[in-house]
Order: sequence, then structure tokens, then C-alpha cells
Amino acid sequence: MIIEVDALAKQFGEIEAVKGVTFGVEPGEIFGFLGPNGAGKTTTINMLCTLLTPTSGSAIVNGFDVRNDRSEVRRSIGLVFQQTTLDEYLSAEQNLRFHAYAYGLSAELRERRMTELLDIVDLADRRKGSVRTYSGGMKRRLEIARGLLHHPKVLFLDEPTLGLDPQTRRLIWDYLLKLRETEGLTIFLTTHYMDEAEHADRIAVIDHGNIVGLDTPIGLKRSVGGDLVTIATGDTAAAAEEIKGRYGAEAAIRDGTVSFNVSHGAEFLPDFVKTFGQPLESVSVRQPTLDDVFLHLTGREIRDEGLDSQQQLVEGMARRFGGRR
Amino acid sequence: MSEIFRGTWVVSYRELLRFVNERSRLIGSFAQPLIFLVIFGAGFGNLIGSVAPGVDFIQFMYPGIIAMGVLTTALFAGVSVVWDREFGFLRELLVAPLGRTGIVLGKALGACVVALLQVSLMLLITPIVGVKIDVWTVLRLIPVVFILSIALSGLGLVIASFMRSQQGFQLLIQLLIFPLIFLAGVFFPINQAPDWLQVVSKFNPLTYGVDAIRQIFLGSDSGPYLGVTVLDHTMTLPEEVALMSVFAVVLISVAGWAFNRQE
Repeated sequence: MIIEVDALAKQFGEIEAVKGVTFGVEPGEIFGFLGPNGAGKTTTINMLCTLLTPTSGSAIVNGFDVRNDRSEVRRSIGLVFQQTTLDEYLSAEQNLRFHAYAYGLSAELRERRMTELLDIVDLADRRKGSVRTYSGGMKRRLEIARGLLHHPKVLFLDEPTLGLDPQTRRLIWDYLLKLRETEGLTIFLTTHYMDEAEHADRIAVIDHGNIVGLDTPIGLKRSVGGDLVTIATGDTAAAAEEIKGRYGAEAAIRDGTVSFNVSHGAEFLPDFVKTFGQPLESVSVRQPTLDDVFLHLTGREIRDEGLDSQQQLVEGMARRFGGRR
Repeated sequence: MSEIFRGTWVVSYRELLRFVNERSRLIGSFAQPLIFLVIFGAGFGNLIGSVAPGVDFIQFMYPGIIAMGVLTTALFAGVSVVWDREFGFLRELLVAPLGRTGIVLGKALGACVVALLQVSLMLLITPIVGVKIDVWTVLRLIPVVFILSIALSGLGLVIASFMRSQQGFQLLIQLLIFPLIFLAGVFFPINQAPDWLQVVSKFNPLTYGVDAIRQIFLGSDSGPYLGVTVLDHTMTLPEEVALMSVFAVVLISVAGWAFNRQE
């Protein structure tokens, strides 16, 4: 285990942001923390990065305790935060050099590593440019390169593609997957994007400061109870009744459609269509998504973007006025 | 220990890099004291004539203006902390294996080097002002400016550690900077001011910086008339340096403590 977390908790005054989470991350793994904003993802990451002291519990990163061996933990990890932490008034090169000085890299190693990483993230031709002139995607790429400059064992990414367009997001992931190959990195990321979580080898679903599910994406989807069949029919109540009677499946009625889970949707469908008692207007079958997993585990959908920005505003204000965090 | 040391040099290095990269700050930090010198010198010069035998107003004011320039530059150490916090760069510093104390010292040292640069440029206009300098003047000036700027940047950093927003910090600095300047004897001799003002001035670290620099330029012969008298004793240059060192150690320690606690 490269990260071992045991009953880790953090309290801000009255608020329990993280309520004792326990998990482990294997070397070379991409481990995702999936949950809505305010679920405790960033707080957990900040504790693992030594930026916050845990209220209770323990966390070991690369064999070092986040409470007692802060420096060693810091040397073992690279970080990309939600908000940019670049010095926009300096050039890309100057930002990277500063990082190298701060981590005490030798001059020879520094220059070689800078060239290598700027190549990988395709910023070699812009290395002398001021970061102010960079696009959002370029800044994120530069931050990833900077986070890897000192050869960390674990790269922490807090919402790595937040606020980027879909094309740039895909590009960032191409870089990350490439870097995992070449560097043998362990990647720990938080996200509230379902499609982003799909890149992870294992996902911990976190809600209200608790881990409510932890498995591979496939395993999590399987836990929902097979494929999701949705039918449109005139009498939804009668249809739900029949489904429960014949297949023992709990059917949910929503917007004039009835949906239920079966273990093998494709095999189930032909027989179902032939024998179902109610007139069918349409039938669809799909594999469960992580959205369904989240719904299944928490009883609600991952919050929509509108609420997210509201939440962020509240968090931002708490940061500004709360003083000590 | 090595982390504090590395923090100090890395952070001060960046402060300098930023200073050189930002032309407006570069020009501003030299222009501001010059403007004061020219306008106040021209405005009051004829009116006041000589402040003491053989010392005209502009010669009297010039050392004070140097100290004032050091003040604005040194307080910038605090500005840059609030700035870094607001723009996120502070997290890059906090998560790096650098001591928190080193970050504070680096900010102070960065401001200090900028202040020394600024003072060197100010020395170029001594012929116009009519002040004579020699190597000995410069040699004594360096440690005084060094200690003064560390003390004042400590003050800026203490304030910065309690401020979350750039606007709040700017407001407080604006509120503070003019009393600090006017109550430091830049424009008039402290010992000739009314009693209440004398009392307040003696708690102002800048007062001793102004007087120390003035003693370097004008010599200490001006004595109790132009100097600063604390508890019936006219401060000598070494005493003022010692007192500023105390200010520096206390303010930097408080800043380091506040920074360690907050971040």
C-alpha cells in the first residue's frame, strides 16, 4: 500500500467535514474520490498532503506519517489543486525552476526533467512565455508538469479538469495516462464528474464525509443489480405491478416510464417483449452508469451544476471569513 | 533547519524576480520618494530655510525620505503574502518542503534587498540635494537599512497574516502608512514637536530608522535639537540600531508565529 488511511477524520468547529474514512491505495493505481462538492474530498486530500492536520485517525503516504513526517510526505507527492497555484507573472520555465529550487533538485536533473516534462505536456515551444498568456488547459498541463518535477511517488489531483471544456479534459487525461505509464505513478484524484471517475482503477464514493462505496467502476456498477431496463407504457402502475409479480424486481416510475434492474439485460429482453402483458411503447436497456451507482448508494443524484456553484460560493465565503482553516 | 534556510533563499529569490519583472513597481519604488523630496523640498524649502545651523530643510528631509522609501518597500512583503494567498501561489509554497519560518524570512529578506537597491539609487541624487557622502557613509547605511527594512517588513507580515483579502490589507496599510511617516520625524524634528506627538512617535519603529539615517548623513553634532530623546537621553546611532534590532526580532517572530498558526 502506498497510501494507508485509517479512520481519518476532520472537524471544523461544529462541522464534521470528514467522518473517519478508511481505505488503501496500491502503488501504480489510479484511485478516484467521487462525490458532490462539500462531501469532504478536498478536506481529505488536504490532510493527505499535510496542509491540514487531522482531528483524529491516521494516514501514511509512501511510508511516512502525514502528522509526524511532513517533509518526507511532501517530497513523496506532487499536487495539482482545483484553483491554479502558478505564479502568473513568471514564465513557465521560471515557475518550474522555482519548484525545483524549493525541492532542492540538482541543476542537471532540473534542466533534464523540465525539458522531458514540458515535452510530454506539449508546452516545450511555450516554455519562455508568461503564464498570464496561457489558456486554462495549458495552465493545468503546466501544473501537472510542475507537480511531477521532483519525481513524486503519488500525484494528487483535486478536480483536475474542473472548468475545462470536454476536449481539453480528454487531452489532460491522455497526458495523465501517458505519465502513469512512463513514470509508474500512483494517481489519487477527486472529482464530481462521472466520466472522469471512469478512468480510475478503483473509486471511493464519498458523501457527507463518509465513504459509502469502494470498488472498481465495474464492481460498483454491478452492485446496482445488473442492467437497467426502461419501458414506456400507458398504465405505469399496472406495469410496475406486473414486473414485481413476475420478476420480483423493484420498479421505479418516473416521467411516464418504468425502470427496473435485471442481471443480463440483453438476454432478458426478447422474452420480456414477447410475454409482457401491458402494451409497450418503447423499451430500452442500458448498463448502469456511475450516476446510477451514486443514486443507488446515496438515494439521490449527484448534485447538479447549478447547486454546485452555489455550494462553491458558500465554501468560498467560509474560506474568506472563517479565518483559520 | 536546512528547510528554513532553503525557504528563505527560494522565497526571497522569487520576490526579487517578481520585482525585476514588474516594471511599474520598479519605477514606482524610485519615483515615489523622489516626488516627495521634490514637492516638499520646493514647497517648504523657502519657507523654512534652515532647520538647524548649516542644515537646510531639504538636507534635513532627505534622510527621512530614504527611510520612508524603505517603509513602503518593506510593507510590500506583507502585500505579497496576501497576494499569494489570494492567487493561490501560497499553496505551492506551503506544500513544498520549506519551513514556514523560512517563507516568512524569505519575504522579509526579499523586501530588504529591494530596499537596499532603492537606497543605492537614492544616493545618486546626493549632489543635487547638497549632502556629502563617502564610503564610510555607505558602509554605515547598509546595516541600518537592512535592520530597518527587516523590522518594517515584519510589521507588514504581522498584519498580512491576519488579513484574508487584498482590499482589506490595502485599506489597513493606507490607514497606517501616513501616521507612520508623519509620526517618524521625516518632515520635522521629533524633539521640537508637542509632547503628545513626541510620546506617540517613540513607539514608532520608523522614528529610529529616520534618526539613524539622519545621523549618518548629518553627523550626530546636531544633538538633542534634531535628534530623538527617549527618557531624557538623546539616542546615539548604535543605540538606535540596537532598538531597531529588537523591533525586528519581535515583529518577525510574531509574524512567523502567526503564519505557522494560520496556514
